Amino acid sequence: MTNQDYATRISQLIQDHQADIGAQWVAQLEALTVRSSVVSREQLRSHCQQFLAALSNAARAGELQNIEHRSWDEVRDLLSEISSARAKSGSTPSETATFVFSLKQPLFAQMSKGFAGDAEGLANASWTINTLLDKLGLFTIETFQRTRDQIIVRQQQELLELSTPVVKLWDGILALPLIGTLDSARTQVVMENILQKIVDTGAAIAIIDITGVPTVDTLVAQHLMKTIAAARLMGADCIISGIRPQIAQTIVHLGVNLEDVTTKASLADAFVVALERTGTAIVKHGAKA
Amino acid sequence: MDRIPILRMGDLLLVTIQVDMHDRLAMTLQDDLTERIVSDGAKGVLIDISALDLVDSFIGRMISNTAAMARVLDARTVVVGMQPAVAITLVELGLTLHGVKTALNVEKGMALLGKNIF
Amino acid sequence: MSAAQNTADMFETDLLERHRGLRTGRTTLPLRSDEDVVNLRKQVRERAVAIALSLVDQTKLVTAASELARNTIKYGGGGGVHLDALADGIRQGIGLIFVDNGPGIPDIELALRDGYTTGGGLGLGLSGSKRLCDEFAIDTRPGEGTAVSVVKWKR
Repeated sequence: MTNQDYATRISQLIQDHQADIGAQWVAQLEALTVRSSVVSREQLRSHCQQFLAALSNAARAGELQNIEHRSWDEVRDLLSEISSARAKSGSTPSETATFVFSLKQPLFAQMSKGFAGDAEGLANASWTINTLLDKLGLFTIETFQRTRDQIIVRQQQELLELSTPVVKLWDGILALPLIGTLDSARTQVVMENILQKIVDTGAAIAIIDITGVPTVDTLVAQHLMKTIAAARLMGADCIISGIRPQIAQTIVHLGVNLEDVTTKASLADAFVVALERTGTAIVKHGAKA
Repeated sequence: MDRIPILRMGDLLLVTIQVDMHDRLAMTLQDDLTERIVSDGAKGVLIDISALDLVDSFIGRMISNTAAMARVLDARTVVVGMQPAVAITLVELGLTLHGVKTALNVEKGMALLGKNIF
Repeated sequence: MSAAQNTADMFETDLLERHRGLRTGRTTLPLRSDEDVVNLRKQVRERAVAIALSLVDQTKLVTAASELARNTIKYGGGGGVHLDALADGIRQGIGLIFVDNGPGIPDIELALRDGYTTGGGLGLGLSGSKRLCDEFAIDTRPGEGTAVSVVKWKR
């Protein structure tokens, strides 16, 4: 028998006994899965049926060795979907791969009947199916990993966003509280974000508040200075607020030149200065004219 | 050789730099602007660099020189729309663009030119 | 291009062999005219984008390239530049080596000082480029020529 013959036979087998194979498979999965609540029964059945149908179609094309071939596109897409969904809902990679591997037994059982009397044929077909399902199982693990990696990258982004919240205090006045320890690499990214936000909001003045920064070293101080210089080049200005006594000492010790940068101890003071600079004044009710 | 177009709006000259300028083109722009300030009797020059993803020392000097020449001719210059990455690079390069007023965008630039704060 | 190639090759220096073990590809471009500088900027930008350098790092590298390219033409009498793709393990980088057969730089320390210029420029080309890149090296021989090498790594 040629490869194509095997492929056609296997494909036909799956198609003819889809219901049986499917039922056994689902039973296997439910027995094996520890956290069956992660994937509902209905969903499981649906996935299994879809997979079997797709498997049968793909097998018919004859490319049983190469799952990258386009005849396997539908199967791979389906597995990617299932894998991603499970990754997002908290399954483990093993559970996801088990989805594919646990198909082996029901399939072998069916093939034993289908190839009855043809020991060599059964051996060949079994081996072919075995390696095929191994490859597909590994494929699900890779997809799972990739989805997890994407989640991690997105979380890192969000974390970075959180560390540069932007508060619009008034027309043209932004407050940018920096939070947490600033290492050199993070500071650079944070500073770039600040400048971008100035552009996005069209702010005239950005108040960089460092109350939430425990320590400032030379590199951080330098980056702060460079950020202010860059903001000025762009046409905006910066005020630094929230300088605690220890940080003030550090800055002086480091010899950082703050001569033409306005610094205020509190955000409130900085806000008043910013208002003055942008030509706004706050008037108390009942104040004498 | 291409020339960068200079638009006139009242007594303002507006230049939008949108191409990667080679040195000769930058020099031509400087000359053209200076000429137009005189011929059009312009009081203000607005240079829009929001499309420039690169400003090196030559272009920086062209901008400074243009602003200086404009001042001599009793016109004010404002450069608008500098991209953050460009600003950060210029700071690192050590280019200060001293004596050049800047604004975040064309709208603010025009407002700046309108005020008599020069 | 062959004229520029000759120029770049004639100047024997350790610098040309820098990062030899890390080089995965080299393109050599001539630097003789204004257009060559514009072309170089475009090529460096493309490479920088290709290895996913951050926007700021891209800008810094392209700016440094522009400065050094101009130096090569203005002070070196023209020459060439090698664009090298570098790989150090999984870390990727771009290396640029500017070469000319000009008069050379008599006093490097002086030349690296901010503001020092012999050509009416701003004097920031060499010192600035050094600040903009991760690695910087210069080899100059009075009467023979100059080679300047810079590298930017993807963080």
